[in-house]
Amino acid sequence: MSTATSSLPRTIGAHAVLLTYTVIALFPVIIVIVNSFKSRAAIFGAPLAPPTPKTFDLIGYTTVIGQGDFIHYFQNSLVVTVASLFFVLLFGAMAAFALSEYRFRGNSLMGLYLALGIMIPIRLGTVAILQLMVASGLVNTLTALILVYTAQGLPLAVFILSEFMKQVSDDLKNAGRIDGLSEYTIFFRLVLPLVRPSMATVAVFTMIPIWNDLWFPLILAPSEETKTVTLGAQLFLGQFVTNWNAILAALSLAIMPVLILYVIFSRQLIRGITSGAVK
Amino acid sequence: MGSLNIENVKKAFGPVEVLKGINLEVTDGEFVVFVGPSGCGKSTLLRVIAGLEDSTSGRVVIDGADVSATPPAKRGIAMVFQTYALYPHLTVKNNMGLGLKQAGTPAAEIDRRIGIASSMLSLEPYLSRRPAELSGGQRQRVAIGRAVVREPKLFLFDEPLSNLDAALRVNTRLEIAQLHRRLKATMIYVTHDQVEAMTLADKIVVLNAGKIEQIGGPMELYNSPANEFVAGFIGSPKMNFVDGARLGETAKTIGVRPEHLTVDAKSGAWKGTVVHAEHLGADTNLYLDCEKAGLITVRIFGVYNAETGATLYATPDPAKTYRFGADGKVLK
Repeated sequence: MSTATSSLPRTIGAHAVLLTYTVIALFPVIIVIVNSFKSRAAIFGAPLAPPTPKTFDLIGYTTVIGQGDFIHYFQNSLVVTVASLFFVLLFGAMAAFALSEYRFRGNSLMGLYLALGIMIPIRLGTVAILQLMVASGLVNTLTALILVYTAQGLPLAVFILSEFMKQVSDDLKNAGRIDGLSEYTIFFRLVLPLVRPSMATVAVFTMIPIWNDLWFPLILAPSEETKTVTLGAQLFLGQFVTNWNAILAALSLAIMPVLILYVIFSRQLIRGITSGAVK
Repeated sequence: MGSLNIENVKKAFGPVEVLKGINLEVTDGEFVVFVGPSGCGKSTLLRVIAGLEDSTSGRVVIDGADVSATPPAKRGIAMVFQTYALYPHLTVKNNMGLGLKQAGTPAAEIDRRIGIASSMLSLEPYLSRRPAELSGGQRQRVAIGRAVVREPKLFLFDEPLSNLDAALRVNTRLEIAQLHRRLKATMIYVTHDQVEAMTLADKIVVLNAGKIEQIGGPMELYNSPANEFVAGFIGSPKMNFVDGARLGETAKTIGVRPEHLTVDAKSGAWKGTVVHAEHLGADTNLYLDCEKAGLITVRIFGVYNAETGATLYATPDPAKTYRFGADGKVLK
């Protein structure tokens, strides 16, 4: 069946463009993963070649795993990311609900104020944040990171979620009120399940920069106990000698958790889209 | 058990006054319909009665108790919404039972009431389904069932039939009428559809621009409208309004319903040409462009063959002609 919008040359053209983009986007990731399974000589000898039985070497992974702390770094990253994500989604959704549901003086000003953070990079405030953390004794704790990341993620979360919350039917919320549900029950039981797809979107946007961040762990929590994966990988990056096997292996491992979280959330995204289509 | 008094209720959103002092008395067991064009404040008034909206001033009294400061759940009301507003994550049974569960009603009592309501609305086969697995008509019946199980003093309906297709609308209208007869409960029903208002109501409240234009039974509003607005709003097709000066009358406007005009090919009061004819089988609507009266609608019962462009004479029934003064009020 051929329709006006799907001629063969058009289809080929579109796929060529998309495939080129996919290759460009995935190239560095593939190179990292491929080389993490090769011996040091093979990495430099033929960086683009896939591992052969001759060049196959797990030395990078054994180094990383052998360095007992690395599991610990992973744990830190995971704790920071999941905790920040939880707080961003919870507080973001609550603020968005208040902004979209209740009429109060200064509502739109408050909305603007909460969204302002999207335009101002949080890193500009690094010095003040560091002073604050020193004064409150939070330097070298995961709490410091969680607080900063929660603040960093909130503006976008509030902005996106309040738009979606406005679309939730007023009648449904009012039906809940007449049935005697409290505002909290209405929020958690009626509204949140309906905005789940947008929550997943926000989760993905929030999670990736947190997991990948090097800046704040380096400044606020560089101690051995609180190192995150990205900071931990710097361990193998010496001034004179760099252990490329270990770095590539560490980075390959670091991709996994985000990938898993992304798959979980993106399934929500797709479900949300299809369930919306058929009403 | 189910009277309602509204005393001088006003509601303003910022500088915009939506309700401009509403006074209304509803006695126990009455079916009252609020009708009016969109934006007239009828839904806002219903929401004030429900407690979903605070009034700016005035009192709402249900069963002798001032409920102006009472939350919706404690007012003894139940509401049916235009968009059904069923809880998507709960089954039909739990949708109906949630309000009672929140109020701490014993489970056996909840089951008993759901049983009665679901047999009344023939919902038994669907009790374990979720709203997404029901059709529009079934969903609205569940919403009505959810109201019934609460055994409220006051039923509130907010345009419950607007989302249904024409055939279902008639069926559900019938069900609501039967429900009222069986429960003998006080019901307040908001609609913009005057057919629903005429067929269901004991008492119709016509609202316009935040004010009550007239309160009365369906036939009272049809036969003796208080003013031009009510006369034009009740009845379909709309009443013809003719400038009194053009007819040599003292009244500002002369009103006559399309069904109270007769046509004749040879002689009559107003000579005109047929602009358009609508053949509905049971009756025929003719649009005549008259020399004296302007464009008027004539409703003839049965089939009437009239060619476009033909000349016809229309004559109003003098006993059923309304005269309105400059202020829009009917002249006696």
